[in-house]
Amino acid sequence: MGARDHCLLRVVSDAERTPRSTKRGRVTPDATSLKPEQLTQVVIRFAGDSGDGMQLTGDRFTDVSAAFGNDLATMPNYPAEIRAPAGTIAGVSSFQVQISDHDILTPGDLPSVLVAMNPAALSANIGELAPGGTLLVNSDAFEQRNLDKAGYQASPLEDGSLAAFRVIQVPMTSMTLEATKELGVKPRDAERSKNFFALGLLSWLYTRPVEPTLAWIAKQFAKRELVLGANLAAFKAGYNFGDTAELWEHPYEIAPARLEPGTYRQITGNLATAYGLVAAGQLSKLPVTYASYPITPASDILHELSKHKNFGVRTLQAEDEIAAIGVAIGAAFAGHLAVTGTSGPGVDLKSEAMGLAISLELPLVIVDVQRGGPSTGLPTKTEQADLLLAMYGRHGEAPMPIVAASTPSDCFDAAIEAARIALKYRTPVLLLTDGYLANGAEPWRLPEITDLPDISVSFQTERNHGDEFWPYLRDPETLARPWALPGTPGLMHRIGGIEKQDGTGNVNYDPINHETMVHLRAAKVAGISNDIPLVDVDDPDGADLLVLGWGSTWGVALQAVRQARAGGEKVAHAHLRHLNPFPANLGDVLRSYTKVLVPEMNLGQLSRLVRAEYLVDARSLTKVQGLPFRASEIEAAILEMI
Amino acid sequence: MGEQVTFKRKDYQTDQEVRWCPGCGDYSILAAMQLLFAEMGTEPENTVFVSGIGCAARFPYYMETYGIHSIHGRAPAVATGVKLARPDLDVWVIGGDGDMLSIGGNHLIHALRRNMGIKIVMFNNQIYGLTKGQYSPTSEVGKITKSSPLGSLDQPFNPVSVALGAEATFVGRTHDMDRTHMMDVLRRAHQHEGAAFVEIYQNCNVFNDGAFEGLTAKDVRADMIIDLTQGEPIRFGADGEKGVALNAFGECEIVDVATVGVDRLLVHDEHRHDPTLAFAISRLAQHPGQSTPMGIFRDVARPVYEASVQQQLAESSERDGAGDLAGLIGSGGTWTVA
Repeated sequence: MGARDHCLLRVVSDAERTPRSTKRGRVTPDATSLKPEQLTQVVIRFAGDSGDGMQLTGDRFTDVSAAFGNDLATMPNYPAEIRAPAGTIAGVSSFQVQISDHDILTPGDLPSVLVAMNPAALSANIGELAPGGTLLVNSDAFEQRNLDKAGYQASPLEDGSLAAFRVIQVPMTSMTLEATKELGVKPRDAERSKNFFALGLLSWLYTRPVEPTLAWIAKQFAKRELVLGANLAAFKAGYNFGDTAELWEHPYEIAPARLEPGTYRQITGNLATAYGLVAAGQLSKLPVTYASYPITPASDILHELSKHKNFGVRTLQAEDEIAAIGVAIGAAFAGHLAVTGTSGPGVDLKSEAMGLAISLELPLVIVDVQRGGPSTGLPTKTEQADLLLAMYGRHGEAPMPIVAASTPSDCFDAAIEAARIALKYRTPVLLLTDGYLANGAEPWRLPEITDLPDISVSFQTERNHGDEFWPYLRDPETLARPWALPGTPGLMHRIGGIEKQDGTGNVNYDPINHETMVHLRAAKVAGISNDIPLVDVDDPDGADLLVLGWGSTWGVALQAVRQARAGGEKVAHAHLRHLNPFPANLGDVLRSYTKVLVPEMNLGQLSRLVRAEYLVDARSLTKVQGLPFRASEIEAAILEMI
Repeated sequence: MGEQVTFKRKDYQTDQEVRWCPGCGDYSILAAMQLLFAEMGTEPENTVFVSGIGCAARFPYYMETYGIHSIHGRAPAVATGVKLARPDLDVWVIGGDGDMLSIGGNHLIHALRRNMGIKIVMFNNQIYGLTKGQYSPTSEVGKITKSSPLGSLDQPFNPVSVALGAEATFVGRTHDMDRTHMMDVLRRAHQHEGAAFVEIYQNCNVFNDGAFEGLTAKDVRADMIIDLTQGEPIRFGADGEKGVALNAFGECEIVDVATVGVDRLLVHDEHRHDPTLAFAISRLAQHPGQSTPMGIFRDVARPVYEASVQQQLAESSERDGAGDLAGLIGSGGTWTVA
């Protein structure tokens, strides 16, 4: 059966889409007073050349919005090249953020405001600006050479092609040069501050607090006086320009969101994963060893963990992916909470060693920050196409539990859960996140440390079979084997990847013993379903259609469900955190719906698993564009299936 | 101090039947190791043997210590993890020439340059034994094997040269026909702080029988084995009539002592920080039938990786205090919703 059979639905790319009708004419805000107009939410996309500092601009805007109390979600999108040729479409980097005064689930489908620092950024992003949206351009960059590089015959600022949008032209480069010329900065260097001009302008437009950004600039560039001065001057110039230029009738304001009471911070998925691993070490009372080889988009986990040696965290940058998991396996044997982190290509390389960890039955967490594949694929873009790899990507019968995080902040809890399962069941566990979660940010309500689970373990200290120690004598309930650490007198034992005798662990090639061991390893992993929560279904109206998501589609799938419900439709929603084993009630849940829709950023991997496991007609909505779903795309599929 | 515990060879023997081919050189290496451990009095529970895949890699099953029989080539990485987590343990890696220099070459060189405190013992039999007789990365050019019926084309590695090139701080070579020499070199490896690499010429009597006979047979040893003795001019031959001297290009060559005089001989200094001379000595045996240096090529001090890690951990705790999880997750800008 081909993928096509159950993938009736697929998200089409913009290129395949017919041109949408556009509303002609300028959009004028209604209000006339200078008091800020209240908005409930806004979606802004900053877009520029890779060298223009758009990620930094977006980060700063996000940070102050978070501190201001908005709910928010972000989506960075940048090329794999560190510096693609300047001014080309290949070099465009963007950062989308939705800020709101209420609980939101996604960074927004289409931006309502696009900041384009050059023609290439305009060309690459204008197709996604909502009709009637605001386009803020750095008009200085629209000279012939840049227009040529972006493939424009004529300047789009002059040929009427942008008539559907409110176009605000601001000569950001020259105003930045003007603002910094007293400082003695070379013009070439001064020009690099223009992203701070844009940030200042947007800070005025959306009434963002100024002080945190000024303080951040002062701290960040403390050692480079000229750069510090130029950035401050550019930021202030942008802010003041907004205030005095009368391009807008008034600024806008998005009030703080009414979030659940608590202390919040902004967090990305990779940071949350790193914190989750540190927490898992504390909660298990074990030192953490994290061995990793640099790979996009997982390297930030290594960077972060390497800072926290005072938590007893050892990090080792290994010579390759295989060494990284080898080091982790050694550390696990020696009694550490051992972790290796990577992305898809690294998981490929680690697969033999994962099989070893399965055979050794040692606790180990493997973090896979999924990116677009196959091969090198799309290193900086997101995808969920490693699910079947996680499930089956090893020779022999090699079952491994899989945990997937659903939001950036959920990476924290998912990391602890992966460690819990690994330690309790003495098994390697795959923790799946993805590029979208890794780099996307959201507010995180900090947990009380005392609410976090106790995942501590006990080591074997006594012989367990008369006067012998049997390393594979299992706990009858969990089927986990004892963890006896080197240094423990009397428990010396040798374990290896060769099949071993049940109980004694001695090398054994007996046919029946092998079958017993294969079944035992499978039963151990399958039994974890008794130790994880049942899948929770959100179905207020008694729907026929269930939307089943996993991993990072949680927010956007729920948003789509909410939109469909707002349109009067009945839709149920469920989300999977545990992909192997599945929650014990998943089969019953799926069979209680006549229609099941699985949106996933692959060609139908979860739908294939649930069809195989439960014989249900789950349909897949697939998208493999290196970008997350838009809620409207899933909503359209929901409406089509209903 | 408690009562002095003494160990015997049998304290390091397991209940597992040793399954190497009868007559394999591995038996004598195993005996040398067990005898050495008994002599040193190393507690079995504080020792970990890690191996990869190959005949040699079965070694841990026969040592009554902790052990991991891992996967092909990866033993240095696994051992690195054990030592990183538990610097107090005595960690050994056992592998063959294919395991260490072919599939696992990358891990070997990186463990050596990192100077992990692990002792890597490579049994070199110049053949793939467990897969029944293909040429290995140390087989001589032109070797006729199952996978090279017309003769192998690959230039072999000189393992000692590789280890020196990989910045190893301890490099030794010995052979399976001389238990005392083996124990001497392994003892020195054990005493070394940091990574140690020991190559043991080992006879595979099934697939490459007699590969080293021209060196190790008792009647030829004096002429064929160049003993390296710290602080002594390098001399060999039944009456010390041959020696090693540097030529004008800085290369080692075999000289007749009577002709050139003792003063021209190279004085062996395993503690020289620069590995150039050690490398030059290692190049003496590039082809079968050449006199071959044995002993300690290099033994120098350099910061040991796991000790440096411990130091960073201690310094971080000193500077930042013990880890405070609530403080960590609450760092970097928080706000409160009432």
